[in-house]
Amino acid sequence: MTEISHYSQVWSYRSPRGRLLLWGGWLALVALFVFCWQIMTRDTIWYFVQDAPRQAADIGGRMLPPRWFYLPELMQPLWDTLNIATLGTIGGVIMAVPVAFLAARNTTPSAAFLRPVALFIIVASRSINSLIWALLLVAIIGPGLLAGIVAIALRSIGFIGKLLYEAIEETDATQIEAIEATGASGAQVLSYGIVPQIMPTFWGITVFRWDINIRESTILGLVGAGGIGLKLQASLNTLAWSQISVILLLILATVVLSEWISARVRHAII
Amino acid sequence: MTAPSYPTTWCRPPQILKDRRWRLAVQIAIVVYLMLAVGTVEVNWTRVYDGLERGQRFVMGFLQPDFTSRWYDISQGLVESLTMTLTSTVVGIVISIPIGIGAARNLAPRWIYYICRSIVAVSRALQEVIIAIFFVAMFGFGPFAGFLTLSFATIGFIAKLLADNIEEIDEAQADAVRATGASWAQLVNYAVQPQVMPRLIGLSLYRLDINFRESAVIGIVGAGGIGATLNTAIDRYEYDSAGAILLIIIAIVMVAEYSSSYLRKFLQ
Repeated sequence: MTEISHYSQVWSYRSPRGRLLLWGGWLALVALFVFCWQIMTRDTIWYFVQDAPRQAADIGGRMLPPRWFYLPELMQPLWDTLNIATLGTIGGVIMAVPVAFLAARNTTPSAAFLRPVALFIIVASRSINSLIWALLLVAIIGPGLLAGIVAIALRSIGFIGKLLYEAIEETDATQIEAIEATGASGAQVLSYGIVPQIMPTFWGITVFRWDINIRESTILGLVGAGGIGLKLQASLNTLAWSQISVILLLILATVVLSEWISARVRHAII
Repeated sequence: MTAPSYPTTWCRPPQILKDRRWRLAVQIAIVVYLMLAVGTVEVNWTRVYDGLERGQRFVMGFLQPDFTSRWYDISQGLVESLTMTLTSTVVGIVISIPIGIGAARNLAPRWIYYICRSIVAVSRALQEVIIAIFFVAMFGFGPFAGFLTLSFATIGFIAKLLADNIEEIDEAQADAVRATGASWAQLVNYAVQPQVMPRLIGLSLYRLDINFRESAVIGIVGAGGIGATLNTAIDRYEYDSAGAILLIIIAIVMVAEYSSSYLRKFLQ
């Protein structure tokens, strides 16, 4: 009889200890937030913050009306931007495919040595943004389209590699065993057992990455890597806000169009 | 009772474009495009050759990173980036919860739904760097502009995924709460919130990770953080410091990725 007596009459979701921990967690989060907020705003000049609505109205006034006759000048940079994205995606795919096969648990030649290397390549490529890649490459190979293409390619390795190696690991093992049972060599297993299974995913990933790359290549020019971002940078430097609005509208239109194309293609494939 | 006949020869899987002529036309178009595209790339090989030496120095800098001589700048940038990441994630999520609820078709009236969905669309269409340019122009240089940029970007991400998640909840539970005569606020609190909470926590951790990566970039246009330090280091050709900064970024991203996946498993 005494065993039951410590049960409470009222149902509660968590034990008292759990509630305490939860409240402690929330309190710690709030304290951390306040601490970070203080560090972050230590050097903020609040006069500028109060002034911001007026500045925004000023910029908005300068952006309107857009200088539409600037548009023909933007066609060449836009073409360059599309080329950066497309060629960069192709380069990224070429480098990512071997990395993905090295990283997948079921196809890697050596799980102890090569697999960690491949995984590190994937993480390193993913954690450095394409703008930073472009910054480095402009310093190394000079400003221009090539730096943009290589930056996009290096950035794409991580994304394509990660999604592709997960797809390879999820392939159906029975089909591969069936092909192995015919006495096929390693290359034959790869081309008849694994590649057909991952092909739709591969094309889906590639088109998806191409769409993301269009987005990213529009701003690479800010650090000198070619494309429409160069025009954006030039207009920003001269504070030509009416040209900036034209450029931004063009970027928005391009991004929306590429997103639509990529959605259609992926729908057709998968 | 004859055995079903299996094909004994391999056949080609179906193609996307059925007509052979169309397929050929598309292939030729792709080749022509690639030739044109490669043609527009002007490579100044002497410049590339000059750059190789710098590339080598960069690789050396990556292998022998110099953490010490610029440590004050690096730590300053790192603190700015980390504080910016946390505050913008928290503020962004706090703002995006009401917007996410408003953008869920099954909870909000039609006009609120459209307003919230358009906020989400605007926030997702603009790239972080472009938003950062505007906020730097409005609020001046420094981490405050970066904080606003990341908060704004967080709203689009969290509110959209939260709204989609609310639209997918189990309606039976909501009906049960409604049948007790609960008000709208009680419905959200007792029927919706418990169902979406684990996912919201997972998304928040994921966004924390993304915000740190982005905070390393928006410094390039003047919005504070480690990106500004990196930009300065590369401008001064100090590749050993740049290598150190990149290694720190990679390390933090890796730690964030592993710990967030561990934490998500623990919470769900």
